[in-house]
Amino acid sequence: MKKFTKAASVVLAAIMTASMVAGCASSGASGSSGSAAASGEAAEGSSSELTYKIGVIGPLTGGAAAYGSCVANSAQIAVDEINAAGGVNGYKLELKSEDDELDAQKSVNAYNSLKDWGMQMLLGSVTSACSLAVSEETKNDNMFQLTPSGSAKECVQYDNVFRVCFSDPAQGTASAEYIGTHKLASKVGIIYDSSDVYSSGIATNFVAEAANQGFEVVSQEAFTADNNTDFSVQLQKAKDGGAELVFLPIYYKEASLILQQANTMGYKPVFFGCDGLDGILGVENFDVSLAEGAMLLTPFAADATDDLTVNFVSTYKKLYNETPNQFGADAYDGVYAMKAALEKSGVTPDAGVSTICDKVKAAMTEISVDGLTSEGMTWDASGEPNKSPKAVTIKDGAYVSAE
Amino acid sequence: MKDKKFSFLKKKENVTYGIVIAVWIILEILLKAGMVSSHLEGLLVPMCYYAIVAVGLNLCVGILGELSLGHAGFMCIGAFFSATFSQIFKDVLPGGVRFFLALVVGVVFAAIFGFLIGIPVLRLNGDYLAIVTLAFGEIIKNILNALYLGLDSKGFHVSLTSVLELGMEPDGKTLINGAMGITGTPRDANFTIAVIMLIITLVIVQNLINSRDGRAIMSIRDNRIAAESIGLNVTKYKMQAFIMSAAIAGAAGVLFSHNISTLQATSQYFGYNVSIMILVYVVLGGIGSIRGSVIAAAVLYLLPELLRGLNKYRMLIYSIVLIVVMIINWAPAIIEKRQELMMKLRKGNRKNGTA
Amino acid sequence: MLSFLTSLVNGLSLGSIYAIIALGYTMVYGIAKMLNFAHGDFIMVGSYVIFIIVSNLGLSPVVAIPVAVVLCLILGVTTERVAYRPLRNAASPLAVLITAIGVSYLLENLALLFFGADTKSFTSVIPWSGITLAGGELRIQGVTIITIITSVVILIALQFFVHKTREGQAMLAVAQDRGAATLMGIDVNRTISLTFAIGSALAAIAGAFLCSAYPSLTPYTGAMPGIKAFVAAVLGGIGSIPGAMIGGLVLGIIEILSRTYISTQLSDAIVFGILVIVLLVKPTGILGKVIQEKV
Repeated sequence: MKKFTKAASVVLAAIMTASMVAGCASSGASGSSGSAAASGEAAEGSSSELTYKIGVIGPLTGGAAAYGSCVANSAQIAVDEINAAGGVNGYKLELKSEDDELDAQKSVNAYNSLKDWGMQMLLGSVTSACSLAVSEETKNDNMFQLTPSGSAKECVQYDNVFRVCFSDPAQGTASAEYIGTHKLASKVGIIYDSSDVYSSGIATNFVAEAANQGFEVVSQEAFTADNNTDFSVQLQKAKDGGAELVFLPIYYKEASLILQQANTMGYKPVFFGCDGLDGILGVENFDVSLAEGAMLLTPFAADATDDLTVNFVSTYKKLYNETPNQFGADAYDGVYAMKAALEKSGVTPDAGVSTICDKVKAAMTEISVDGLTSEGMTWDASGEPNKSPKAVTIKDGAYVSAE
Repeated sequence: MKDKKFSFLKKKENVTYGIVIAVWIILEILLKAGMVSSHLEGLLVPMCYYAIVAVGLNLCVGILGELSLGHAGFMCIGAFFSATFSQIFKDVLPGGVRFFLALVVGVVFAAIFGFLIGIPVLRLNGDYLAIVTLAFGEIIKNILNALYLGLDSKGFHVSLTSVLELGMEPDGKTLINGAMGITGTPRDANFTIAVIMLIITLVIVQNLINSRDGRAIMSIRDNRIAAESIGLNVTKYKMQAFIMSAAIAGAAGVLFSHNISTLQATSQYFGYNVSIMILVYVVLGGIGSIRGSVIAAAVLYLLPELLRGLNKYRMLIYSIVLIVVMIINWAPAIIEKRQELMMKLRKGNRKNGTA
Repeated sequence: MLSFLTSLVNGLSLGSIYAIIALGYTMVYGIAKMLNFAHGDFIMVGSYVIFIIVSNLGLSPVVAIPVAVVLCLILGVTTERVAYRPLRNAASPLAVLITAIGVSYLLENLALLFFGADTKSFTSVIPWSGITLAGGELRIQGVTIITIITSVVILIALQFFVHKTREGQAMLAVAQDRGAATLMGIDVNRTISLTFAIGSALAAIAGAFLCSAYPSLTPYTGAMPGIKAFVAAVLGGIGSIPGAMIGGLVLGIIEILSRTYISTQLSDAIVFGILVIVLLVKPTGILGKVIQEKV
């Protein structure tokens, strides 16, 4: 054992020296991409020309990898498109993605690692808790942060942080309003993930708004991340309560299971979800007929027929052999929002991180972006986007507008 | 003369302190000189708290000889109680005092839970004990995940369903918000505080090992029946080590929660897989070797971070490294071969010397 | 009453799957005396194999399951040979436990690399929709019935194998005292390889049923059921084959009943709480034997 500890100390010393050297190199080269640690994508851009450096943080491994990798891939598509079209203000964009494994501490580590790379703007983190933790850092560094999908209310509490997606309270309230005004049901059941910030945030606000909308919540049942395969009890309670509609403020992975289990139970309510449900038709081998009639309030549907969506989805499928979900759409729009704000402000890559942040922050409230998730998206200084959720219904295995 | 001068190095625990302090001094100088990458700078505190909890678990696994798979749960207790305390006194107390008191709160509550859980757990043996500690870790995590705690002029409000159920006055403040956990904990921890805590932990554990109590605990590990037959109070000593181990894990939790502004009781922070990860540090560093735990925790926490350049292959490489290192270090056949090799080298040297 | 019966059926459905995983777990655990943390990931591998054959190649499950069983068997035996056997006589039993964790990470990350993180919907290998009782109010799924029958068949087969065949007797001997078994001329390596072969084959079968009942497949599908099955094996009594069966069923029923009548949110806490209580009353599990300590 002694030998191991000795060997380990040597390894440790070597690692530390190596990373310190890397640190020196990057600080020495003052912003240009000379960091030894940044291999891979960075190698391409190591020429002397100036670029805007955008960092992406999200879960690329672990249980939530589907969301993080879609964000990273979609942001890359947007960056490649922009660069092919001549870049921004005459400069190219450069992108680097880091993994946070859905862990707030690792998200901060990833942020620091990207800072060493020379990141000037952050697109991330993908999930609420991670985004919130990173926002403490970006606030201290005065780094511009745009989270594609950090939906918790507190994510944008600092003025340097903006988001592309809706906030949780907004989605919960909007869903309840939609169900109320369209008189979809008088008795509603909820199944939500109590261990997930996004899901429990929407559920809480949905219940609060339900009282104003004249329908009754007959069952409100939770599951947790460790217990997300068997939904027989939750469905049974909704069924026993006579729910005509089951509200699912959850992600499509669990929703696809819930739909299948409801079917085997012989329970056929209307299923109503939020943006997390988008992607359910893309689950490989999923029997889409089970989702027939399900409704969701989402800004993005991969099956939409407008040129922008068709183009994006086909490029994504070609490159990554998967159908992108709404996380990816948010990230794609996020890159274009950054582009618009950079153009508006006219700030150049050689300005410091803090100057870029101040200028882009100011420009964010003046731009309007036509993206995948909405047309004419605008932002106010609070960091919230102004866009309206679209309600879509699943009909014959495809999304159609519900209006 | 020469021997006397370096006699303090003969005690192996002094070497451990020396390594920690030397690393700290070097890093502090480099930090001041701005020569440490911000990535590495951000890793320093997590390295320390995982080293602390690894030492705590080593006390349980290596010295007491009982396998615990629930130490992440004690970390969770320490993190939540101290962060709640800091939330309440955020604007009342100055940073240093607040952190010290939060540390006391976190450690005391982790110790209390260690005692409460120790009562049933220590009656069991071996794998049964392991599974029950795992169960307790999951119970703690599950309950904290569903817990809502608010404070207003009328005092504390607790609910297990939703924040609306708290029924707080308008001046109320939500302290623990269910799945969202605690947000906005003041970042009172820094590298120096973390190193001081690590050294205090090392001193406490090393002194325990070298004390009468420590020898009693190790004798129970080696042969419980023999220890009992010479009149040792087995339950008392087992409990003592277990509580201390839990309290140390709690201290690590305090550092955890005061190094990052958000705290959630979810699997990736406090689940059984985290307990297992800490166990990996302990076993790889050497069961019963306190210094090994510190080094292994630091290296293994750094490894996946430094492999970031490899993107999606990094966890794959980490797992392969783990398997290979385990086999090289522990396989009896390989240890034998290694010793033979060392013998040959030594012989070779001697031959060269005489020739 | 009807709601109770429904819960009971749901509990049996979940429990029978835990049981079938726990049977594989307990074989390895009882005989090789190691906690194979990668067992859950063998289940995942088996499920992916079946998924590819059934959904991507369009072949029948009748072809897919035997292929998955054979592949998992090879995987299990190879893993044991490469990663576990060198550590069998290591100074601490924890060494092989940590290696098993490494194998678990390795399999999960390989699956992540090959199949991606996105969830895949598994086509049930059992096309039968099941039976309805009590005027259509009580439904029992086909997969539940088949799983229960299969787990009983496996239980009987394992009991027969262990108690009536030469190889089975060798396993019992190895489980009792490895040194003495060697002296009796038993090839310990071969016996433990055989144990892993059986355990891993059962993992593939468990994967087929797990993903048929809960048809979503990701690289992490096996992890939580693996841990739950381990809990079930402990609950039933470590190393006891009928114990694993009972432990699995009891765990599943408790889980569903506590969700129905107490709380869906706190069901994990309740399940683990009951485990703690059972082990305090009966420290070696439901069917575990009390081993007298010798000085």
